Amino acid sequence: MPLKNIYELYKTMERENTMLSFKGVVTPDLLSSVLQIMESKLGALEKSLRTRKKVYNVLVECLQNLYHHNEDTNTNKDQDLDSLFSKSALLMIAKQDDYYEVKTGNYIDRDKAKSLEQKIIEINKLNKEELREMYKSVLNHGQLSNKGTAGLGLIDIARKSGNKLEYAFLPIDDKFSFFCLNVKIN
Amino acid sequence: MENINLEGTPKTPAVSFNANEGRLELKGRSIPENSVEFYKPINQWIEEYGKSPKEVTIFDVKLEYFNTSSSKCILDVFKLLEGINGNGTEVKVNWYFEEDDEDMEEAGEDYQAIIPLPFKMIEVEEI
Repeated sequence: MPLKNIYELYKTMERENTMLSFKGVVTPDLLSSVLQIMESKLGALEKSLRTRKKVYNVLVECLQNLYHHNEDTNTNKDQDLDSLFSKSALLMIAKQDDYYEVKTGNYIDRDKAKSLEQKIIEINKLNKEELREMYKSVLNHGQLSNKGTAGLGLIDIARKSGNKLEYAFLPIDDKFSFFCLNVKIN
Repeated sequence: MENINLEGTPKTPAVSFNANEGRLELKGRSIPENSVEFYKPINQWIEEYGKSPKEVTIFDVKLEYFNTSSSKCILDVFKLLEGINGNGTEVKVNWYFEEDDEDMEEAGEDYQAIIPLPFKMIEVEEI
């Protein structure tokens, strides 16, 4: 990479008002560090307790989605390049004038992408009250997986953000898509 | 039976369960990646306590944050407590939330809608 690209990278992040960005494998330690940094940044920057908590909550769920997604790819034992590369994720948090953005990007199996997209489409159809009902229904009737996931993450993210989930699935090759998620929090 | 006294950590709440007083409290944040492990001994304790509960059991929930993994475990705690309620014993829930924290207030109402236990919603300045 030419050295001047470092400056380009800096300017891009500056233009996007990036508070924090990370690319790599999401581990429990990384998760703790990011949350700690963001908690102190939000504490200094954001006066509204409600907004602070919303952003923090969305961040927790997004990070844990990335983390549990890694666990999935861990289970297939082949340590080939594909599986290593598929574990790496992108996380960015930005503050715009009147909202925050949490952006994530990660590789996902193409078959899993289909069901995930379907789930997001369903969630995006619902208004605030309907989301609340869906959350209660999954909470009451759903089962925890052995990873401790409840199937509630995206519903909760949509509820807390108060906006539609912005997403894209970019086709990469016959095995993977790249899943982009942008959550705006007012 | 032995009481539970756990200090809070950045990812798990402080737990104070006192069998003699019938007083149970969760305080702080509950955001572990996998909450099952953390809540398992808590559930076991309640099952044990349920064999000879106090006449009145008070459960204070003072959570700042909890993740969706914990939300299911917390529901299980409520379900176990619901099993103790009735037949001469009573379980009361105090759900604390910080001023202006609408999301945490709603979370309490959501549990209240699912679990037939008396909930008292208590707004405080700071948890």
